[in-house]
Amino acid sequence: MSGLRVFSVRIGLASAAFAVVLAAHDRTGFNAQASATSGLTGEQLEYASPVELLYSASGTQLYVLCQESAEVRVLDARTYKEIKRIEVGRVPRGFSLSPRGDRLYVANSWDDTISVIDTHSLEVISTWPVAAEPSSVVEDREGKHLFVANRISNDVAVLDPQTGAEEKRLAAGRGASYITSSPDGGRVYITHVYPNPTPHRTAPQSEITVVDVQRAVVGDRIALPSVAHGFHIAFSADGRLGVAAGLHPRNLVPLAHLDHAGAFTDTLTLFGADVGAPVEIPLDELERYAVRPFGVAITPDKSRIFVTCGGSEEVTVIDVPRLLRYIRSHPGSHSDDLAASANYVISRIPVGHDPRGVLLTRDGTKLLVVNRLDDSISVIDTRTSRLTSTFPLEGPKRISVLRKGEQTFYTARYSFQGQIGCANCHIDSTFDGLQWDLEPDGFGRDIVDNRPIEAVKDTEPFKWNGGNPNLPTECGPRTEKYFWRAENYDDLTLTDLAVYVRSLPPRPNRFRLPGGELTVSQERGKTLFNRSVDKFRNPIPETNRCGYCHSGSKGTNQKSFDVGTKKTTDNSGLLDTPQLTNIAITGPYLHDGSANTLEQIWTVFNPEDKHGRTNDLTKDELNDLIQYLRTR
Amino acid sequence: MKALRTIAIVTSMLMLSIAAISTAQTGYASPKLHKTASVSIKGQLPSMPRFRFENFTTANGLPDDHVFNVLVDGGRIWAATENGLGLFENGKWKTYNTKDGLAHRAVLSLALDKRTGDVWAGTMGGLSRISGGRIDTFTQLNSGLSNDVVYGVSVEGEHVWVATAAGASMLDLHTNQWSLFNERNTPMFEIWVYGVSATPSKVYFAVWGSGILEYDQQKKTWDKYDDPDGETEMVLFKDQGLIHEITTSVSYLEKEKILWAATYFGDSHYDGRRWHNFLTKDSGLPSNFTNVVKGVDANRAWFGTDKGLAYYDGVNWAVYRPSLTTGQPEMTIRDKNGNVTPVEVATAPAHNYVLGIDFQGSDIWVATAKGLSHGIHQP
Repeated sequence: MSGLRVFSVRIGLASAAFAVVLAAHDRTGFNAQASATSGLTGEQLEYASPVELLYSASGTQLYVLCQESAEVRVLDARTYKEIKRIEVGRVPRGFSLSPRGDRLYVANSWDDTISVIDTHSLEVISTWPVAAEPSSVVEDREGKHLFVANRISNDVAVLDPQTGAEEKRLAAGRGASYITSSPDGGRVYITHVYPNPTPHRTAPQSEITVVDVQRAVVGDRIALPSVAHGFHIAFSADGRLGVAAGLHPRNLVPLAHLDHAGAFTDTLTLFGADVGAPVEIPLDELERYAVRPFGVAITPDKSRIFVTCGGSEEVTVIDVPRLLRYIRSHPGSHSDDLAASANYVISRIPVGHDPRGVLLTRDGTKLLVVNRLDDSISVIDTRTSRLTSTFPLEGPKRISVLRKGEQTFYTARYSFQGQIGCANCHIDSTFDGLQWDLEPDGFGRDIVDNRPIEAVKDTEPFKWNGGNPNLPTECGPRTEKYFWRAENYDDLTLTDLAVYVRSLPPRPNRFRLPGGELTVSQERGKTLFNRSVDKFRNPIPETNRCGYCHSGSKGTNQKSFDVGTKKTTDNSGLLDTPQLTNIAITGPYLHDGSANTLEQIWTVFNPEDKHGRTNDLTKDELNDLIQYLRTR
Repeated sequence: MKALRTIAIVTSMLMLSIAAISTAQTGYASPKLHKTASVSIKGQLPSMPRFRFENFTTANGLPDDHVFNVLVDGGRIWAATENGLGLFENGKWKTYNTKDGLAHRAVLSLALDKRTGDVWAGTMGGLSRISGGRIDTFTQLNSGLSNDVVYGVSVEGEHVWVATAAGASMLDLHTNQWSLFNERNTPMFEIWVYGVSATPSKVYFAVWGSGILEYDQQKKTWDKYDDPDGETEMVLFKDQGLIHEITTSVSYLEKEKILWAATYFGDSHYDGRRWHNFLTKDSGLPSNFTNVVKGVDANRAWFGTDKGLAYYDGVNWAVYRPSLTTGQPEMTIRDKNGNVTPVEVATAPAHNYVLGIDFQGSDIWVATAKGLSHGIHQP
């Protein structure tokens, strides 16, 4: 694999006002000349982007799951020298070793497959189809079931680990992503990156889905009140303490409160016999934040918890005995008390860009951390909580415009007190399923649903009121003023960021047939989408046809319309037409997120047919229309 | 089916004479009561299951005395009541209601997804899934469900089949897509669907006023079973087709390929070739007004009527109820000759109006208009 495949990237920024010649610099002095008006010829380097890592059963090899290069890299566990690269499916997100250590299962999230790697030959021996966006995979100890968390189908598939045949799917929460087995193997725990549906303008809620391994059924659900996004879980070796990393947004109050202790609290939820009822504790301090906790590890002696924090680019270290003493003497959850963390957070160790997965050596003396956006692995001495070394993975040494933009997207360094980054609301460069109150429109005014950004290129203007004509405005002055409040981007950084956001591709659409053709129902829906006459043979005005506003390949004519959804808290009913890319999975809907489902857009919020002529449709026909929309 | 209708017309004249002397279907035909004391003939009585009934009402924790359905889930019992979904576990009742996310407080139907352990509850306000303590609700406004009044629900594989007041719906759990079945795409003349029984091969719907609808899962085709005489008030052709168009419940046994159907005017048994119908006047059915039927096998079935719980073993009948006259516990056995013998019992189901039946080993659970009854099998 060359590692330096070069592609031409055409960049045509829409804003004439942004007509400056830009240069993207890297640490090695590479310059990519950029002209906002004339376009840019740049290069797309093939980075590894490691997200998870594991030891082989013998402990002699280190497996590194590389998301961007779509491979598992096998390293010598002692020297970190690369032994082999094993190609897997697109955007692998999670992997695990079989109980006997003879197989490595890889969840390929964009191919909807599981790669099965023989750990002796280091070859892929099977590729099994699964459901939508598999994100992690775990085999139970007895080898009876293989559990796969599917982010888009919101379920856990139960497979036969011998054949890969799917036996059933269990209803998980929204955005099921990370599976962890309990130390005794009796249960598996699943966290979710998107919040479960809740009534409009109420606190978000996620859950930990607990599966009874023996019966392969959902045995319990641990509610995570106010937590919208869950990431990794770790257990103490004795099984008495479970720790789940999560994001606790404060989206019900105006974002002005960024200056007043946080738009998010970065938290851990503790559960298990050591704590009794689940307890949420903050990792943040009053003026220092542990942004986007992701990977978690507990030392074998249960003395320390290590948490990677992607946005703040560090590892937070917690003293477990002090933590347990604190929560026992202060019953209840403490997500609002940023003074609490001083009682148990003992260190913060800077690492690389967007640190993700963590791995303890068997003796617990070293912690390995993968830095996704640096292609490197940090090694931490767990006894001293000091970084001892960082070794790079093989690959490009230069930082491309895209990589720099992605680093900018994921870091929290620009925001006030380093509280948030773009990726706080655009989880894994997607969306968050939440609604926010951005105060420039007035406190409590213009509550807006967070729109997805995949395939956002050529969908300007941005914002629901169409107020931002292009990405540099959207990502630059607006973001600096209303989100970061502390530091602006320089022109080069802003260009990098805009280039990255424009480059985001759509994830695969799971509602289209493999050949791209439509089902009978979808065809009927397409006809309704494009119709010009209603069922009573009355002509439908052009501007009230679905296909007029939602025209083009991305489903937007990039103009604003009043579709009758203005609320008393809205300053205007005129709204930018949102793109339809992967609309099936990006709920809730409408500008303020008041429609939890696509159906509600028309069954509840379109009484006057202003959002398309739909009230002449039967339920069957509305279902057809929605089936078609899901293919967009 | 169509052939049956032809035969029915040809023989109509013959059957008219029978009809002329038949009693109204809604009338309760007096049984030929055996005058001998039950004890003295006990040894000659057909062996029919006997139970000691323990009854649950609001007095001992049931959410409401109007119980529309009951579901056995291993050691857990779910009760669909007019005021919430009751769960009986470890000797205690827990109630789920709208504040917990239940679609509506009046729960009409229940089904267990045996693979996942999820329970599906059809209500007067939508369909709810109870999974690991979380309740997800599907309504006609927030999903593709055709109507919020969900009379019946049945889970087969990854498909949830739903009987509603406006046609049938099917939710594909893999794709989260809904399919609707109504007068526009099936031979369903009426769309008031009361019951559904889904198996891997066939799905049957009891359509109020439109007989029984059959969906062949392999062929993706529909068929329909009607009352051949089309008469609403009398039976002209008794064993030549479905007993009546106003069907209320259906139970299909895939292994035996046997269909049991209940109507408000008698019940039917269909083996794929022949129909056999049951009326009070010529069977041990305590009432033609039947709310629910649950087939056990090709020959045996349980019936929930407005005049008690009935069991048919292929030859003999047993009826369990509070006496229609005294209210005292009563069990009667009707043998193949039509002899009805009372059996001395100390307990009976909570009420004669039976709406739901399920089995727990050799025990039976009975949903009635005045409470939920647990029939503990007596050796």
